[in-house]
Amino acid sequence: MRTLVSPLALRTPRGRLIYWATLSMVVIGFTIAFVFPLYWMVTGALKSPDELAQIPPSFFPKRFDFGVYGDAWEQLQLGVFLKNTVQYAGGAWLFTLAVDVTAAYALSKLRPWFGKLILGAMLATLMIPPMVLLLPTYLTAKDLPIVHLDLLNTPWAIWLPAAANGFFVFLLKRFFDSIPRELLEAAEIDGASPARILWSIVLPVSRPILGVVSILSVVTVWKDFVWPLLVLPETDKMSISVGIASLSAQMPQNVLIASLVIASLPTILVFFVFQRGIMAGLTAGSLKG
Amino acid sequence: MRRPRFAGSARPRGKRGDGVPGPAAGPGAAGPDQAGALRRAVGRNLTAYGFLCGALVCFALFSWYPMVREVVLSFQENNFVDAPTWVGFDNFRTVIEDPAFRSAWINTAAFSGLALVIGYAVPFVLAVVLNELRHAKAYLRFVVYLPVMLPPAVAVLLFRWFYDPGAGLFNQVLDVFHLPPLSWLDSTSTALVSLVLVSTWMNLGTGTLIYLAALHSIPGDLYESAELDGAGLLRRVWHVTIPQTKLILLVMLLLQIVATMQVFIEPYLLTGGGPENATVTVAYLMYQYAFNFGDFGGGGALGLMLMVVLMVFSAIYLRVSREAER
Repeated sequence: MRTLVSPLALRTPRGRLIYWATLSMVVIGFTIAFVFPLYWMVTGALKSPDELAQIPPSFFPKRFDFGVYGDAWEQLQLGVFLKNTVQYAGGAWLFTLAVDVTAAYALSKLRPWFGKLILGAMLATLMIPPMVLLLPTYLTAKDLPIVHLDLLNTPWAIWLPAAANGFFVFLLKRFFDSIPRELLEAAEIDGASPARILWSIVLPVSRPILGVVSILSVVTVWKDFVWPLLVLPETDKMSISVGIASLSAQMPQNVLIASLVIASLPTILVFFVFQRGIMAGLTAGSLKG
Repeated sequence: MRRPRFAGSARPRGKRGDGVPGPAAGPGAAGPDQAGALRRAVGRNLTAYGFLCGALVCFALFSWYPMVREVVLSFQENNFVDAPTWVGFDNFRTVIEDPAFRSAWINTAAFSGLALVIGYAVPFVLAVVLNELRHAKAYLRFVVYLPVMLPPAVAVLLFRWFYDPGAGLFNQVLDVFHLPPLSWLDSTSTALVSLVLVSTWMNLGTGTLIYLAALHSIPGDLYESAELDGAGLLRRVWHVTIPQTKLILLVMLLLQIVATMQVFIEPYLLTGGGPENATVTVAYLMYQYAFNFGDFGGGGALGLMLMVVLMVFSAIYLRVSREAER
């Protein structure tokens, strides 16, 4: 495909020289800017506190002391934090899918009275940045209206707000809208109930969008910091980000760095595996939010 | 929006084979048909609301009600023991008279502005360059997005270590180039810039990949004809690339303003607002009011002010992105 620089110009010796010079500059620059900090983190964890404080620093650790990862795991109870985070992200994922898929399906295919109004009210929430509603949302989670339940330090404080995501409803509804009517009408005439149609016709053809929503919802909850900081103050209930941040002051430097490595592994692994879906979600999210 | 899809299927199920559309069914059938249609409509609505109820509860509790609560909160005195009392603009007066209030708004604006200066053009330039490269594309795209995948708290704590004035990475690098060390987070002149640097590093990848996707959709013959007209490289960027991505550039500008004005985690984890309020932001001050001073009314007032400012940008964003969709 033709881009900014013409293919002809690239074929001249000068063009080729400039191209390879730019390419190597970009590759080196990106590696220094984005990979080197991570290299520094992984090797930093292996250095002893003395070696960490040394000036100038050593580029390679003098000895590979993997024991620090064990220390981090135990001293920071990373196992507990990771288990909590898996529970929060997994539950939020299930909740989001169950709640938002059914809502989007109802709004797209069953078209109830006031459907447009409800959709509008859900989309309107996208206009309001989450940070400005932090305090009232916190107070709601602390004391649910009418039933007066306290959700603090329970997974529900993460799961329920995670499902109230106007953007997911929007993405799903837009996808469901594009499913041809004939497909559903045929099933309806054969006497299939709406739930049955959703399960056996709509969901199977919606796999791409379900994938995007799944990855986005898990990654969002996993990376979140402010909300779990407020609603899960008990040390045994903390998510991994909050846990490490709140215990960071008491840790030796190398143990803290090791815990940062452990905390970043899951999301980077997810990125390795689901790169395509994550990037697809990114472009879907940017334009149509 | 399409018309309601049940409009044509208001006749009894058994008759579907006769091929005669609705209006021709005869006057005698109108009565029972209408009653049946109503019954079906009610049934359909019951089912639909059954499907919707989970979402309605979640949105009501955690999106809609908090909007109302935010307004109520900022006009009430509430210690969560006695019944709350209405106090008019008292909460607003309290926070506005706070010396940190001015700093918070100036810092938030400065943070947003600096993030734009440092972080807005860079992803676009990177995307334009990446789009020209024919090698190592997958690697570069993967690498630029890596920091975005780190949990923000991890990225920020990592930079806290890099900023360490003694053996931190950044001062070591400065030393290699024989430059004097900086005190980064500990000096009023560099603290805010340091926060912007972390924030830019961990968010750069998003913009880059979004622009890259937009650049893909520019038709190649536009460049071709511009070149035939004798336009050089920079003129082609100016007259083809930028006009073709104008809307996305605008959308991203607004998104970035809204995102950066909510900055919280960087001051919370790196500086605690200091030194001398140099990095207090509105969101951070709001948090402090509620959770350090126990004054949810003051925090609510700050939140409401931030909300009004950000909703202006959100509203413009909505208009622009609608246009972009066309």
